[in-house]
Amino acid sequence: MMKKVFGRPRSMKKNIFHYCAGCGHSIAHRLIAEVIDELDIRGITIGIPPAGCAVLAYNYFDVDMIEAQHGRGPATATGIKRVLPDRIVFSYQGDGDLAAIGIAESFHAANRGENITVVFINNAVYGMTGGQMAPTSMLGQKTTTSPVGRDIVLDGYPIQVSEIFSLLPGTAYIERCTVNSPASILKTRKAIRKAFQYQIDGLGFSLVEILSPCPTNWKMTPIESCRWIDEVMSKSFPLGVLKDLPAAEQKQKRGEQTP
Amino acid sequence: MNKVLMQGNKIIGEAAIRAGCRFYAGYPITPQNEIPEYMSERLRQEEGGVFIQSESEVAAIHMVIGASAAGARAMTSSSSPGISLKQEGISSMAACELPAVIINMMRGGPGLGNISAAQGDYFQATKGGGHGDYRIIVLGPDSAQELADLTMEAFDLADRYRTPVMILADGMMGQMMEPVIFKTPKPRDYPESFIMKGAGAGKSKIIRGLILDPLDMEEHNWTLDRKYQVIAQNETRHELYKADDAELILVAYGTGARIAKGAIKRLRDLGLRAGLFRPITLWPFPTNELRDLAKKIENFLVFEMSTGKMVEDVRLAIQGRARIGFHGRPGGVVPTPVELANVVMRKYDRKEGIIDHY
Repeated sequence: MMKKVFGRPRSMKKNIFHYCAGCGHSIAHRLIAEVIDELDIRGITIGIPPAGCAVLAYNYFDVDMIEAQHGRGPATATGIKRVLPDRIVFSYQGDGDLAAIGIAESFHAANRGENITVVFINNAVYGMTGGQMAPTSMLGQKTTTSPVGRDIVLDGYPIQVSEIFSLLPGTAYIERCTVNSPASILKTRKAIRKAFQYQIDGLGFSLVEILSPCPTNWKMTPIESCRWIDEVMSKSFPLGVLKDLPAAEQKQKRGEQTP
Repeated sequence: MNKVLMQGNKIIGEAAIRAGCRFYAGYPITPQNEIPEYMSERLRQEEGGVFIQSESEVAAIHMVIGASAAGARAMTSSSSPGISLKQEGISSMAACELPAVIINMMRGGPGLGNISAAQGDYFQATKGGGHGDYRIIVLGPDSAQELADLTMEAFDLADRYRTPVMILADGMMGQMMEPVIFKTPKPRDYPESFIMKGAGAGKSKIIRGLILDPLDMEEHNWTLDRKYQVIAQNETRHELYKADDAELILVAYGTGARIAKGAIKRLRDLGLRAGLFRPITLWPFPTNELRDLAKKIENFLVFEMSTGKMVEDVRLAIQGRARIGFHGRPGGVVPTPVELANVVMRKYDRKEGIIDHY
């Protein structure tokens, strides 16, 4: 008898992704769907897609989803979660959505310690609108609105969302990952699982930042894009766990020092 | 039911709670701060009650969107500048057909303006303050009793038509105290199928306003428009006051109508048979009712605490069948009934009719 070793997650619809070749969104979508299946929370999960390339995420996730205006996902998520505290609520946001137009909604949801999960796709560029500068664009990065490269004087610095949010006492878990290799994808999957598990356990705000390739707007091949994440992007946005409140508390209880 | 003496803003809060509102998000702004304050205290006492002081007006309306989608009767309140910020979410709710109640206790504007009572937000409220092809129901209470009744009714209308409903009052209505009787609210009639609460074992649901195909979007626009026509047919409301024998009709709403009623008493003492036409629904505007009135009355005077907004709807309704005058006091000025009566005496001549015909 043949054993099925790979299939479509139950929490994914049978639609073909509209994303470009080499884009990280489809991987991130699949990982979230796998985690939802694994935790058996499909029936109680409500997702919120962003404005941006992933605006049509509801065509792929087979869970209840409600659109949010650009950047307002965490506010809408707050409304849902407060009314239905036993549901699992996640917002899926890009760098423009979270770190520019919606930074207030995201920051304050984190600060209130809303028991929701945010999956933050950081690809250092505005994808859907055609490659404009993002709040997370690298210094010197050429985009359609920074034609000679991001300039500190004109444009300021790339925003380190995970570092900033990890300072807020309301956040329970924040990890920055990437999806540019099989190993990093597995690591991201673990991070997403942990983030959802913490929400199930009622521990507070969890955020997984994913450095995600955008070959189309970076004007690179998918392989070059994956390399750029290692060689350039992750220098400004170091990978790793930035906050794990329950783990830190455990350590403290055991008398160990936290780094 | 007992009559109680209460401040307007608190009446709104109490009426909302009694109507089953269990979610409120808002941001402080004068002159409506008593609403969030009251809601924070009252929602704490209600089972399942949620009060959130949001980081902004924008966040507040989007929290309301989430709460509404999740099945709660939800409300937010603000005053003029804050209502401007909420328009993104109001447009979104219209698109997604989500019910909610939005309170605007208008103040002087444009810009930061001031914190006194004004009626300058009429266009924003009734002509679709946000982007896109939509309408919302706008109710204009003129007394404490109507603040209570219309707030309760706003929740029913929002549910029935799955639309945002705005209470358009002003700083004066919010601050003044009047006796009020809270009526028994109707039980909520809102189908479970509209509520987003997770797919369970079944099919997943999508709530969205993004419709990329222009033909599909057009169809959605017409579907919404048909709903708005039904609302216009069923829900248009107005009050006639001393209009039966009137030779001149004042047209005013909200606080303006209260002032007009005072002026009418004085005018009648002076021998001028004045009456009042008061739109209670500002959208849908009582166009036909006003037009019918213009068949037998030749002179109308519109009074607003603005430079003239509703007067345009009055002109559209009357279509040149009668003479229309206008008196406005914008900027947060609240004139006395004596002033308005004097204006009428100045602008109206028995033989000529309204002299400064619009």
